[in-house]
Amino acid sequence: MVTLDALRRPTRRKPGIRPTRGYRAFQVVNAIVLTGVVVVTLYPFINIVARSMSDQASIISGEVNLLPKGFNVTSYEHVMSDSMFWRNYRNTVYYTFVATSVALILTTTYAYVLSKKHLKGRTFLVAVAVFTMFFNGGLIPNYVLVTSLGLKNSVWAIALPNAISVFNLLVMKAFFESLPTDLEEAAAVDGLSTYGILLRIVLPLSKAIVATMVLFYAVSFWNSWFSAFLYMDRQELFPVTVYLRNLIAGSTGAEFAGAIAETDEAQVDATIKSVTIVLTTLPILTVYPFIQRYFVSGIMLGAVKG
Amino acid sequence: MSTPKILDPPPTTLAQPPLPPVTRKVRKGRQSWRRAFRRDWQLYSLALLPLVFFVVFRYLPMIGNVIAFRRFRPGGSIFGEYWVGLRYVKMFLSDPTFWDVFTNTLILGGLTLLVCFPLPIVLALLLNEVRTRYLKRFVQSVSYLPHFLSIVIVAGMIMQMLSVDGVVNQLVNALGGEPSAFLQKPEWFRTIYVSSEAWQTVGWGTILYLAALTTIDQDLYEAARIDGANRWRQTWHVTLPGIRPTMMTLLILNIGTFMAVGFEKILLIYNPLTYETADVISTYVYRVGIVSGNLSYAAAIGLFESVIGLVLVLSANFISRRTVGTSLW
Repeated sequence: MVTLDALRRPTRRKPGIRPTRGYRAFQVVNAIVLTGVVVVTLYPFINIVARSMSDQASIISGEVNLLPKGFNVTSYEHVMSDSMFWRNYRNTVYYTFVATSVALILTTTYAYVLSKKHLKGRTFLVAVAVFTMFFNGGLIPNYVLVTSLGLKNSVWAIALPNAISVFNLLVMKAFFESLPTDLEEAAAVDGLSTYGILLRIVLPLSKAIVATMVLFYAVSFWNSWFSAFLYMDRQELFPVTVYLRNLIAGSTGAEFAGAIAETDEAQVDATIKSVTIVLTTLPILTVYPFIQRYFVSGIMLGAVKG
Repeated sequence: MSTPKILDPPPTTLAQPPLPPVTRKVRKGRQSWRRAFRRDWQLYSLALLPLVFFVVFRYLPMIGNVIAFRRFRPGGSIFGEYWVGLRYVKMFLSDPTFWDVFTNTLILGGLTLLVCFPLPIVLALLLNEVRTRYLKRFVQSVSYLPHFLSIVIVAGMIMQMLSVDGVVNQLVNALGGEPSAFLQKPEWFRTIYVSSEAWQTVGWGTILYLAALTTIDQDLYEAARIDGANRWRQTWHVTLPGIRPTMMTLLILNIGTFMAVGFEKILLIYNPLTYETADVISTYVYRVGIVSGNLSYAAAIGLFESVIGLVLVLSANFISRRTVGTSLW
């Protein structure tokens, strides 16, 4: 440990010349700019939390900024007592689970096939996928297709059309290509089938990339709203993103309006939206510190080979 | 054949039976395909489901664009009923709204490119100069955060901040101005869109640049210093050329998505009062096709958009390959 540190230390500092005056001035400016970036990024979050916990009078008079005024959590109680909100939240969990599972299976199998350099026709199989990155059918033909397949109002309308993200596919392909081949060859000699090799040799070696893929897909399905908005006709089928969309777009459903009928309109406008935004952001914020590095390493892996 | 299915050595090393010279080429091609299938049929079988996905959900919709040239009946064939030629194309070319949304798309796409492409480079360069490691990591973590939010949440935040009682109007008030409903003012839409886009994408955009920065050979800086280059010159002559391939790749990709500018976000934050500046091709396609049900007409416009997108990415790639030698493939 000590020797490692001793080796590492000199490279951290720029060798040679002492920093000039201009450079030190730059460091100060840089620190100020980066602090600005942090503040600007976090500000909207803090503001929304403050709004969600304030009373309506303070909000309407424009007093709520960084701290809640007239602290209360009645709006939280209102939103959380709305059964449709929880129902839609459950839908989000369910859709995310199904769609991520489908996506994971299709992406893993295809990426594994594409990673086999000796495979005849491999270039064609790669091209089939990569071409769709640059040209797609567009909204209308997709809508016509999903509708005529009878997928409307089912989880498949969300899961199937987005089952393979080509970017994720290329990330996973790059990872599989980087695995040593000796283990697979040994397993093949021992008579294990390709399926067996994938399941019992390759996947256990690929836990990191599989976890990254799960996160990539899960976050994107968790956040998605447009497919559900397009293909779900009934409120009880919406994911929570569509619930929020309808709320901020002003078209609250009948049930929801009933739940908050006793509060006046201004309260609805001022805090219910903020509360719903906070409650839908919360899961992402909670897991964010843990998943962030997987995303970064995944992006890098994709960039190196993709 | 009862030989075990193992990873054969490459086919060229296998002894081949002598073939009659005339048919040799054809036979060889067919035979190696047969051999490939016999050896790798399990791999090919794994590719089957994904291929079905690509054919059905990616290539079928591409072919489905023929409804732009055919009469479409809801509930009928997804490829339409009969040919109507260029009727819908002529229709949108003479539709004044189409030209409005076309212009809006170019302006909004151009502004986004102009702001959101260089900002991550600047931020990455600044982050690269931070010597305190935990500080750097903290700034990075915070700036990536907006990337993980649903676009609906971002839209909700935009609306809350820009509402009459929101923080922006508080600032306007403090500076002695009149509060206004910014989201209902067409002259503000572009600013709002581009700045929110920057807020959401800049931090995340630095990742690839930061990775590229670590690959620059430190000896180059050493050499530049010996030649008397100060910090600015080092940045200009060593750092920027070092990340140029990354810059070009991302520029090409950005140009490729130019025509599809933030469809989902615009759909969430625009309203009839701001259509004048906010309505873009994709949102117009949505309203004409899905809301009003003119699917063929909307498909014609959508196809036009996709084709322009493809042409843009191909030409950007071509120019980049010719001038700086960076290319996507």
